[in-house]
Amino acid sequence: MEILLASAVGILTAGGIYLILRQRTFPVILGLSILSYAVNLFLFATGRLALNQPPILSEHATGYTDPIPQALVLTAIVISFGMTAVVLMMALSAYLAARDDRIDMSDDKGEDA
Amino acid sequence: MNNLIIAPIVLPAVVGPFILMAIRFHSDLQRVFSVASVVLLNLIAFTLLWHSMDGSIQVYELGDWPAPFGIVLVLDRLSAMMVMLTTLLALPVLLYAIGSGWDTRGRHFHALFQFQLMGILGAFLTGDAFNLFVFFEVLLIASYGLMIHGGGSKRLRAGVQYVVYNLLGSSLFLIALGAIYSVTGTLNMADLAVRVAALPVEDTALIRVAAVLLLLVFAIKAAVLPLHFWLPASYANAPMPVAALFAIMTKVGAYAILRMYTLVFGPDVAVTQGLVGDWLLPAALLTLTVGSIGILGAKELGRLVAFSAITSMGTLLIAISLFTPQSAAAALYYAIHSTLTAALLFLVADLVMERRGGKLIPCPAMPQSGLISALYFAGAIAMAGMPPLSGFIGKLLVLSAAWPSSEVWLIFAVVLTTSLITIVGLTRAGSILFWKSHDRSVQPPEDDEEDDIAKPVSPELASAPVPGLAFVSVFALLAGLVALTVLAGPVLKYTEATAGQLFDPTAYIETVLQRP
Repeated sequence: MEILLASAVGILTAGGIYLILRQRTFPVILGLSILSYAVNLFLFATGRLALNQPPILSEHATGYTDPIPQALVLTAIVISFGMTAVVLMMALSAYLAARDDRIDMSDDKGEDA
Repeated sequence: MNNLIIAPIVLPAVVGPFILMAIRFHSDLQRVFSVASVVLLNLIAFTLLWHSMDGSIQVYELGDWPAPFGIVLVLDRLSAMMVMLTTLLALPVLLYAIGSGWDTRGRHFHALFQFQLMGILGAFLTGDAFNLFVFFEVLLIASYGLMIHGGGSKRLRAGVQYVVYNLLGSSLFLIALGAIYSVTGTLNMADLAVRVAALPVEDTALIRVAAVLLLLVFAIKAAVLPLHFWLPASYANAPMPVAALFAIMTKVGAYAILRMYTLVFGPDVAVTQGLVGDWLLPAALLTLTVGSIGILGAKELGRLVAFSAITSMGTLLIAISLFTPQSAAAALYYAIHSTLTAALLFLVADLVMERRGGKLIPCPAMPQSGLISALYFAGAIAMAGMPPLSGFIGKLLVLSAAWPSSEVWLIFAVVLTTSLITIVGLTRAGSILFWKSHDRSVQPPEDDEEDDIAKPVSPELASAPVPGLAFVSVFALLAGLVALTVLAGPVLKYTEATAGQLFDPTAYIETVLQRP
């Protein structure tokens, strides 16, 4: 299971970074969301992988899984959701204002029009 | 007294939504509440500074959870100083935004301003690494809104770049925090300090990776080369009063470096010994060099000031990367100076850009040219580090702190050469802006419709005298610089005590973890 999770994080990160390096805003935003999935999975793994364990100590359970990474992931999900919404709105209005969704800024005036 | 520590976060967190929801259609009331909040924040910051003077460290436990389990806010000399600096900067910038009418050129300026302050002040006060991430996000999301305040296609596109760059930085931050948590099992800074110091020296790969990743995150915030690419475009295209407020944001990165790498990954910690300073010093020297070349090559006033902000970060980080108490004291003094100076230059740049556009080309004379050129002159002197203003003292302190270092000649050569290049660059820009304008043969450039940043907003506004409030706030920043020069002795005494506190973190750790 470790190898599965590790390669999932790795592949998601690689895909996310590839997309972020694209020229248009839409792939870049997709890349950012994929990267945030990778980060969230990684954060889960920081509490060590444990199956079928409750996140609290109790007398009946044989062990427990660390609840803090889950709280961290929840925070990270909320923040990345909000950030994605903001960057989408900004990219959209930049596109509507400039009629162009290239992410880099060029000094060439003809390109800006 | 203890409850006052959370007031700098709660007050803007209450005023911001109030402005947004209750008085969103009353621009005068918004101004009143926003200014009142910032004035109150100044009073709170002064009280906190007063209480931290005696060297005591105070802890506020959120929800009354004791330290390693709950989030704590910690007030020590460093946090108190940075909170005071932020609020001192915020007041003139806010007054300028009101005086120049910038706050009404888009919506929700005042609400975003309050949220921005909440994020910055929270980042300075928190004692928990994950909470630091959350406050970074708060200040970033407010800065995204402020950055595109007023709109315009070029500004929006620069804004998208800025957001993407910082979202990447946030992902990196989370990965670094995850790695740190997986090794140590805690995110409280004081607890981290204890556990990292106790780690076995042979099993350190992951924590070293985490320490460097965290350094990269803070380096993005502090605009250290090669992670500075976001800064020139976003500062040059942001509304200038907002860029003036952003002058404190790069210092948040510098603060975080200073805090984490003295407290948690300190110079004496075996697992990361020498790791950070060795990387940071060359990067800081390169930052300074590239910044000064950027000043020389800038074609727009906004970019020129943005690059001068990069040079000041370079100088600041040279001092930080030495990691000695003396260099940290110099760095803190220089941080106060460079924040006020960068803000002053951004506001002067706005005064110029409102009248003649931001391009560094000869134009007919603008109204109030003499007064503005005098202000530019003072700001340039401070930025280049010439006497009599505080930049000179700051650079002198940084250089004398570098004296015992083994890289002393390299540091001296880079700092002094770049100072010369900076002087030349600022002089060149000043002579084009203020002197060539009196040449009658020069024709005004044709209005460039596409370029909505560089041209004045409207002809009436460009020729009308700016209300006095804008000038008063610029002069207030200048007065701050003069005060920093005159009171260099007491300020330096305070920063030296701060550095002493930073490099002896036992008191911090014991207070936070409530160990007798």
